Amino acid sequence: MAKNEATTAYQSNTKKQQLGRFKSTKFKENFAGYMFVAPMLIGTTVLIIIPIFIALAVSFTDWVFISGFQSADFVGLENFKTMVQDEPFIQSVVNNIWLILAVPLTMALSLVLAVVINKNVYFKGFFKVIYFMPYISSIVAIAIVFQLLFHPAYGPINEFLMSIGIDNPPKWLADSDWALVSVIIITVWTSIGFNLIIYLAGLQNIPMDLYEAADIDGASAWVKFKNITVPLLSPTTFFLLITGIIYSFKSFELIVVLTEGGPGYSTSVIVYYLYEQAFENLKSGYASAIAITLLGMLLVITAIQWIGQKKWVNY
Amino acid sequence: MNRLRRLNTKKVIITIIMFAIGLLFLMPFIWMLSASLKAETNVFSYPIEWIPSDWKWDNYSRVWFGEQPFILYYWNSIKVTVLTTLLSVTVSALAAYGFSKIHFKGRNALFLIVLATFLIPAQAILVPQFMMYRVLNLFDTHLGLILLNSFSVLGTFLLRQFFSSIQDDYIDAAKMDGASHFTIFYKVVVPMMIPAISTYAILRFIWTWNDYQGPLIFLRSDHLSTIQLAIERFSTSSGELYSLIMAGSVSAILPLIIIFIIGQKYVIEGIARGGVKG
Repeated sequence: MAKNEATTAYQSNTKKQQLGRFKSTKFKENFAGYMFVAPMLIGTTVLIIIPIFIALAVSFTDWVFISGFQSADFVGLENFKTMVQDEPFIQSVVNNIWLILAVPLTMALSLVLAVVINKNVYFKGFFKVIYFMPYISSIVAIAIVFQLLFHPAYGPINEFLMSIGIDNPPKWLADSDWALVSVIIITVWTSIGFNLIIYLAGLQNIPMDLYEAADIDGASAWVKFKNITVPLLSPTTFFLLITGIIYSFKSFELIVVLTEGGPGYSTSVIVYYLYEQAFENLKSGYASAIAITLLGMLLVITAIQWIGQKKWVNY
Repeated sequence: MNRLRRLNTKKVIITIIMFAIGLLFLMPFIWMLSASLKAETNVFSYPIEWIPSDWKWDNYSRVWFGEQPFILYYWNSIKVTVLTTLLSVTVSALAAYGFSKIHFKGRNALFLIVLATFLIPAQAILVPQFMMYRVLNLFDTHLGLILLNSFSVLGTFLLRQFFSSIQDDYIDAAKMDGASHFTIFYKVVVPMMIPAISTYAILRFIWTWNDYQGPLIFLRSDHLSTIQLAIERFSTSSGELYSLIMAGSVSAILPLIIIFIIGQKYVIEGIARGGVKG
């Protein structure tokens, strides 16, 4: 009996010790984890998370930046009501929707280029580098060059169009009907490289034997593309679509340098209009309301795509 | 044997076609370079004079040693870019290790919060950031600009992708030997992950060097300007001096092209692996 009790006591003792040791290693593990992620978390909290809550609070006020924050009044949803009747804002939203169209266009071109480069060319690495060059170049330099290339009177693009017999080529950036088209052309040009690289990576993951099996069945190149490549790349396509649309809402630098939203508001986008309201008209309250609306739109669009993916993405 | 050696005709033709399309892609760069070396009157001559008839190398010296202190702007860009890259790589690598190799409470929830901030467009928080920077005396300082780009969601995400591929056995073995996480981090993981870290470092370098929005909003003094800001101002103030504007633009992108060509394998692999975009 006594021996048994002693054994039990001993056993429970070691268990306690083990538990204690387990607890202390668990504590150490947690502590180490927090220390490692702390700089990132603190930076993100201070520079992103707190500001977004400040923006939310400011969006309900009529604060104007030059007067101190004390002079700001709570105005409820007034800023949001102004927004839906604000012509330039609505125009900016519409322009953003047009810019979204550049996303599938870029993706389609990139997919075709990727399929061709993947199998059918020599110097694959060289082509990757060429198509990628616009992506790594500064938007400022790109915008300045395209201002000259698109120059309505002496630009090489219009000189070329006139030399092949088009007498009245568009005035591109100077014409409010063509300015947005020009922006879309430049956007496609700069983003093909990124999409191409992602598609090439996606193509590496498609098992070769699927194509070999299709070859045995005598499938044509088009049938193989349609029935193997496209469906198996759908997760990549989904990824590019979702990030591409988010980025199309973030395109700011190109607009600032290239057009400043003009002529008129023909190339203004939400982020540009927000910037103009905040830093030129100094309407901090109104600009914050635009910021919150923009974030809401991005959340909704991302959620819709996330739900919609089940219908067409094969994992 | 013979068949192997013979070039595939179809492939050759497609390569040539793709080369032509690629040339179309490069055209704006070639045009920029060629315009930067021409006399002003020849910039818009048509048919395009791809190779300048009269080489104007002094366009570059006029930009670099003209009225604007270009060397100072360049130095500012180098300083901000190098420091941002160092800080950002350190912060992201630490966080990536924490989020992939340490099993701490609330890890997944915290990682999700960090990832979710990716949705927030930088422009949406400019006003509050601007206010904070004023209060904290970070406005119109290089330090402020460096901090702004140093906490990167994409960097953390990309490095976490790479770090996750390390077998836990390595880490457990080191732990058995009594090594702390910090020792494991810099003695085991960092040396193993040099290619991944270089990938992110190059990407961060490129993105920071090209950043225009940050300096535009958060710098005011001319002597703190980075090259992107300076080029933009130069192009608005120089009016019709297009050859000089092109020389300035070439100067602004040349360092990147060189870094990209040297590190292109890392850059392309990193982009493909993490699907990241600046």
